[in-house]
Amino acid sequence: MSAELDQLYQTIILEHSHKRSGEASQDVSSAGERSGVSHQYNPTCGDEITVRVTVTGGETPTVEAVEWNGEGCSISMAAASVLAETAPGLSLPELDTLIEHFRDMLRSRGQVTPDEEILGDAAAFAGVSKFVARVKCAMLSWVAVEDAVKHAASKTV
Amino acid sequence: MPTTPLDNEQVLRLKRDFPLLTESQVAGHPLVYLDTGATSQVPLAVADAERDFTLHHRAAVHRGAHTLAVEATDLFEDARATIAHFVGADPYSLVWTSNATEGLNLLSYAMSNATAGSNGSENAERFRVGPDDEIVTTQAEHHANLIPWQELAARTGASLRVVPVDARGLITPQAVADTVSERTKLVAFTHVSNVTGAITDVQAIVGEAQKIGALTVLDACQSVPHMPIDFPALGVDFAVFSAHKMLGPTGIGALYGRHELLNALPTFLTGGSMITEVTTEHARYLDSPVRFDAGTQRISQAVAWAEAVRYLRAIGMGRIEAWEAELGRQLARGVTEINGVRLIGPEPGVERVGLVSIDVAGVHAHDVGQLLDAAGIAVRVGHHCAQPLHRELGLTASTRASTYLYNTTDDVDRFLDELSRVRGYFRAEGA
Ligand SMILES: Cc1ncc(COP(=O)(O)O)c(C=O)c1O
Repeated sequence: MSAELDQLYQTIILEHSHKRSGEASQDVSSAGERSGVSHQYNPTCGDEITVRVTVTGGETPTVEAVEWNGEGCSISMAAASVLAETAPGLSLPELDTLIEHFRDMLRSRGQVTPDEEILGDAAAFAGVSKFVARVKCAMLSWVAVEDAVKHAASKTV
Repeated sequence: MPTTPLDNEQVLRLKRDFPLLTESQVAGHPLVYLDTGATSQVPLAVADAERDFTLHHRAAVHRGAHTLAVEATDLFEDARATIAHFVGADPYSLVWTSNATEGLNLLSYAMSNATAGSNGSENAERFRVGPDDEIVTTQAEHHANLIPWQELAARTGASLRVVPVDARGLITPQAVADTVSERTKLVAFTHVSNVTGAITDVQAIVGEAQKIGALTVLDACQSVPHMPIDFPALGVDFAVFSAHKMLGPTGIGALYGRHELLNALPTFLTGGSMITEVTTEHARYLDSPVRFDAGTQRISQAVAWAEAVRYLRAIGMGRIEAWEAELGRQLARGVTEINGVRLIGPEPGVERVGLVSIDVAGVHAHDVGQLLDAAGIAVRVGHHCAQPLHRELGLTASTRASTYLYNTTDDVDRFLDELSRVRGYFRAEGA
């Protein structure tokens, strides 16, 4: 197999695509008091994801949990899993920074060196940025989390 | 009548007419193009015909008396006749559209124009639909043969009824008979499924529609490029197809209709060229086919499409059909021999064109396509514009390989070989 392909499908990504963190066995489409829900759909390939993000209350709200149901390719499933593992414990501004870095990396067509300090396992998605058709796959769940957090935050302030 | 199919040697010779197929490298591999179902490649002769028209014969058609205009008009109308004859029709029965999708939208809008009494609907009684009427389509359709009918129903208050497919995703005449009623005005269905490669029994379904006096509309996008077609013999009232799937340029397609129906059908797009008498209040329209030629037409594309048809005719549609049936069998048998790969549609041994869609256990279609692409193999992944059929088959996406006259058995072998590695690469369960 080609080296480029192995860059795309790094071991971390394949592992997350099989052992998916945050994937819920129950339906997550209803929001609780401190949580927000977002549903995202990619019409070109039919991938879809529903994410529920719960945030703690108080002075500096942080992400408590990311749960999701979804169906899609290995890139989209792994991206959801990595975020569900990385996000809990982050303050909302920290989560924003994480998502911003992820988005910049994916849109860079391979030009941006990922900041592993901030991205952690998500840095493994750097190879995706060279496959323009797959950027949407990686972003799907991250856009859902970004959106769900807004809904959750609007309830806790 | 059995026709001698093409053979690999002949196909390799034909392939030389397609620069893209012989010169392209993908990821360091020679390209294997198995996505003709989406769009075909174009032989040099077709590209040359378009260029030759543009450089040496270009003028507006039906709009002038100078020599060049007359010459261009002749070429344009000759093209219409060539394409019409290719599907067993006369040129009065062939309307230009931008693609098959536009042909179906033309019909949908012409019918609601008939309901509204506009666009030259003096003789359009047959096409009027209202709250008491039903429009019938099937679960197997490409979105192009579904959404225009949904919208027609929404505009007119008619009900839309959908013929269910059987467990393999096929349309049966019995299911059509069970769905239609005395109130059915129109039955729209596909000739060859762009997802399963199955071939519909058109005459049996036309028979069911005729029993209740309904019009028939055939989506012939995936049949006209791949087999000999005679629309009058099939008995359909209307049919649509696109040039770009049959070696022709993009941007042009056609609507076939029985001539007397087209003359009575209200217009869709209106403007210059298609009129007899115009006042500031009112317009009267010409007969078919110019009745539907609103505005300046796709002249160089029509001329190039006719060249594509001559190219196909020279090879022989019967031979192309027989060759692709062989490739279809090789594909169907090959994919079912791979562990964890499920063939959608007719099982191996049942008639199909050179097209298979598959589901690979534990690996999403996008990932299958990515791995094949890295080996230079171009296939289609996704729902192929047929979400209802995928949903019915319990899928959101599938991987589709589709052939044409330029594919060899080697192309199919390379696809099968790479496909057999997919589940291992992605560490799918049991691989
Ligand atoms: C069965 C079928 N119907 C309709 C279409 C639409 O054709 P076009 O996009 O050329 O209008 C296609 C092609 O994608 C098709 O395969």
